[in-house]
Amino acid sequence: MTKKLFSGPFLAFILCGTIVPMCVIAFYGLTDRSGAFTLENILAIATRNHAQALGLSLGLALISTAICLLLAFPLGLILKDSKLGKKGFMVFVFILPMWMNFLLRTMAWQVLLERNGIINIALKALGLPLLDIINTPAAVVLGMVYDYLPFMVLPIYNALIKIDKSLIEAAYDLGADRALVLRKVLIPLSVPGIVSGITMVFVPSLTTFAISTMLGGGKVNLIGNIIEQEFTVSSNWNLGAGLSLVMMVFIIISMALIEKFDREGEGNMI
Amino acid sequence: MTRKNGRARAVAFGKGLYLALILLFLYLPIFTLMVLSFNEGKTMSKWTGFSLKWYEEMFSSRTIMDALGNTLTIAFWAAAIATVVGLLACIGMNAMKDRSRLVLMGINNIPLLNADIVTGISIMMTFIVCGISLNYGTVLFSHITFCIPYVILSVMPKFKQLESHTYEAALDLGASPVYAFFKVVLPDIMPGVLSGFLLSFTMSVDDFVITHFTRGAGINTLSTLIYSQVKVGIRPTLYALSTVIFVLVLVILIVVNILSNRKETEEL
Repeated sequence: MTKKLFSGPFLAFILCGTIVPMCVIAFYGLTDRSGAFTLENILAIATRNHAQALGLSLGLALISTAICLLLAFPLGLILKDSKLGKKGFMVFVFILPMWMNFLLRTMAWQVLLERNGIINIALKALGLPLLDIINTPAAVVLGMVYDYLPFMVLPIYNALIKIDKSLIEAAYDLGADRALVLRKVLIPLSVPGIVSGITMVFVPSLTTFAISTMLGGGKVNLIGNIIEQEFTVSSNWNLGAGLSLVMMVFIIISMALIEKFDREGEGNMI
Repeated sequence: MTRKNGRARAVAFGKGLYLALILLFLYLPIFTLMVLSFNEGKTMSKWTGFSLKWYEEMFSSRTIMDALGNTLTIAFWAAAIATVVGLLACIGMNAMKDRSRLVLMGINNIPLLNADIVTGISIMMTFIVCGISLNYGTVLFSHITFCIPYVILSVMPKFKQLESHTYEAALDLGASPVYAFFKVVLPDIMPGVLSGFLLSFTMSVDDFVITHFTRGAGINTLSTLIYSQVKVGIRPTLYALSTVIFVLVLVILIVVNILSNRKETEEL
């Protein structure tokens, strides 16, 4: 059938834009400057600087994912229960910031958190102790939560509104209290949304370099920063590619998690 | 009875408070930038009077306007080309066996799930290895590459819902395949095509990381321009830019929402 040929341009883009680049990055990661095979670039993750950066990235990504989940789940529940006419508007309001450029949103926190920034001016006026978290990991976590919260809210909300109302009513009729309904009905049935939200927050948090540069002031070095510098500053492609391969291992783990819990793609944004 | 009412009221109050706190968290930073964009002075710690001078400076800045132009043209062409390529891909994949289609859909997911930094770096390395210098075209190519998956994911489900008999009926009645496609198939899958285009456009406008690696020294989009300016020190023109972008996004989303609501009620 000639119809299959219509996929040609797509296959060309996949080949040149995805498959070949993946082979190139794997090649550079597994060779040294002279082109000979080596595992040195992969093992370089064990050196102190790199291991620290990876550990910090994993830690901060886990913390921000956990905070996003804790904030988003109750929010999803409240939005689900809000009145029908208001629902669309409410969800719109909570998702709207996502459409604004994330660098501008991150910059906004830089302005707010600065030592002589708005928050500290307000605290000073109230006679409260000053908040001094700019250029610390705490500021970076705040930035991640702020930038990626909508990515958690949307899939969780989508999973929650799909739950059949009669299931919840049945649970109440059979004598369950709020906590039990939450534990036995609402949480288990929204697992696909939760998992999809977790990966959508965790992967970008783990690999970011812009947020840590802007809110960490060069003092918070994440694995993303190290890789970025290998390409833009020290131009050691082999090392940068090797570290990227290590990072991809963690991305593949989260892909496997989606595959496992989200078979039906319920938590999809689209 | 009163105790129960009291409890219900407390719960409602708690819910309202929770929503208000999250809204404050989400919007305080944006509104701060908006207020500061009208501040005459350069420092953010003191209000020295209302002024529109940062807006004037922004609109007369060559660098910002060039970056805006690049952002919009790249987003438009990337979304348009990705939509055509993605739509053709869906037609082709539907003619394939289930197995090859599943494999292709799996590969289609790679750019969606991969970290932007890995996608950006790998495409940049490929260009340089092939001796292609980084410029506007390389950014456009990478944007098309990461937009196609969104188009396919929006269009493919529409094909699955499609009634194949209508297309066959059109052919039986003497329509050419092309005519039948434009008259019968395309109107049915149009919502998917449109949402694929819009999604691609916004993803392209929003992208920073992939552009950062594939742009070369010569050109900037808004994202890369903001990043390089913030690194050397925030200027109030960026507050003005934030305000303009936020208002634009708000207006566009409201219009899109109203239009789609109206269409839904018409269809009912």
